[in-house]
Amino acid sequence: MIQNPTSIRLNFTYALSRFYPNLRPMDVEATSLSEILDLITQQHAGFRDYIVDERGALRKHVNIFLDDALVQDRETLSDSLAGVKEIFIMQALSGG
Amino acid sequence: MQSMNRLLVGTRKGLIVFHKTAEGWSFEADHFLGVPVALVYCDPTTSYWWVALDHGHWGFKLHRSLDLGSSWEELPAPRYPEGSMINAKEPAVLKYIWSLQSTSRGDGSLWIGTVPGGLFLWREHHAALNQSLWEHPSRSQWFGGGMDHPGIHSIVVDPTCPDVVYVGISCGGVYKTTDGGRTWSVKNKGLRADFLPNPAAEVGHDPHLLLACDADRSVMWQQNHCGIFRSTDAGEQWDDVSALKGPANFGFAIAVDHADPQRAWVAPGISDVVRVPVDRKLCICRTTDGGRNWQTLDRGLPSLSYDIVYRHALISHQEEVIFGTTTGNLYASHNGGDRWTSVSNSLAMVYALALSPQ
Repeated sequence: MIQNPTSIRLNFTYALSRFYPNLRPMDVEATSLSEILDLITQQHAGFRDYIVDERGALRKHVNIFLDDALVQDRETLSDSLAGVKEIFIMQALSGG
Repeated sequence: MQSMNRLLVGTRKGLIVFHKTAEGWSFEADHFLGVPVALVYCDPTTSYWWVALDHGHWGFKLHRSLDLGSSWEELPAPRYPEGSMINAKEPAVLKYIWSLQSTSRGDGSLWIGTVPGGLFLWREHHAALNQSLWEHPSRSQWFGGGMDHPGIHSIVVDPTCPDVVYVGISCGGVYKTTDGGRTWSVKNKGLRADFLPNPAAEVGHDPHLLLACDADRSVMWQQNHCGIFRSTDAGEQWDDVSALKGPANFGFAIAVDHADPQRAWVAPGISDVVRVPVDRKLCICRTTDGGRNWQTLDRGLPSLSYDIVYRHALISHQEEVIFGTTTGNLYASHNGGDRWTSVSNSLAMVYALALSPQ
């Protein structure tokens, strides 16, 4: 079944503003997280490489929340976006 | 002779730049404040400044300045090709950028050494994995030492013949190409790996840093996990030149005199399991006779110290010798180490140093 994309609001950790000062919450239509990273990267060069490694796996200390739920598939980001209204790209807390 | 007027210090809290004054090194600026700068490099062919940033969260990044730090650009970091595997189970992704070295081909291209063991050739905004070394049949015998995975921390290029390149791998050993990276051979003869069942194994050695002397390219030095080794035949045979008595034995860093193949400096520690200065006295050791004798140089250095000098944090240029430590101290000598002065005692952990002519 083809999923109809619905508008999803993207929110970003403040930590990313150091590298992307113009990064603001945005609304996108997409059916996968990978597609969302591509959409952001079109506007903010290199963004994808800050979030995932060269295989496309989520970096160890980066978290993505689909509404309130932590992303499940950190390797290929295949989580369904059906019904998701908001996505948060956050840094995991590590170290002191 | 060219003088070096700026000192680049890669620390856990950013890149700190000092400039030379009549009184010594003076703070000029910092860059990437708060970000670990794992590696700094000034390309002698272009005077461009390069840094590798270790963003814990966001991955390793490569930045370059064409104008002595006035502005910086982020460049694409090396990427392991899809399907690359460290071993049968683990996919290869960039973990660490551990060495940068001009190819000496005059086109601004660079060799980049990384963890988990890939050597990349950076040219025209793209870094390509050297497949020949990556697919070397002995790579399955490499393993991590300190790092989780093997890594290339040393790249030595013969500027008079850029097809000749050596790399130092922890743990793997020394590899050499004479055809620009198309084929590689192992150059570990004479090294000792006390941590292996067979210390004379062909592969699996741990050279902490590998260097060659510009004035005589057949003379190479390495501070190894198991002592200090020197070669006088371009790596064909290595001889143990560690001090029989005295501290010059275990360490990470080594610097060589590029005009005098007999002279080198090391920064000793007690051992791999006790990483503090011998007798807790910070010192640099110098040889002027090819490693037969080592002199302890500690005038101006503290007699109670827990500092260790990382492999890229000891450098020399003519009579200038400079080192930075894990506890944020930076010392310099302008007379080959006979006397040290403190540049700063309150930096963050120092990972790497580089000198820039401008």
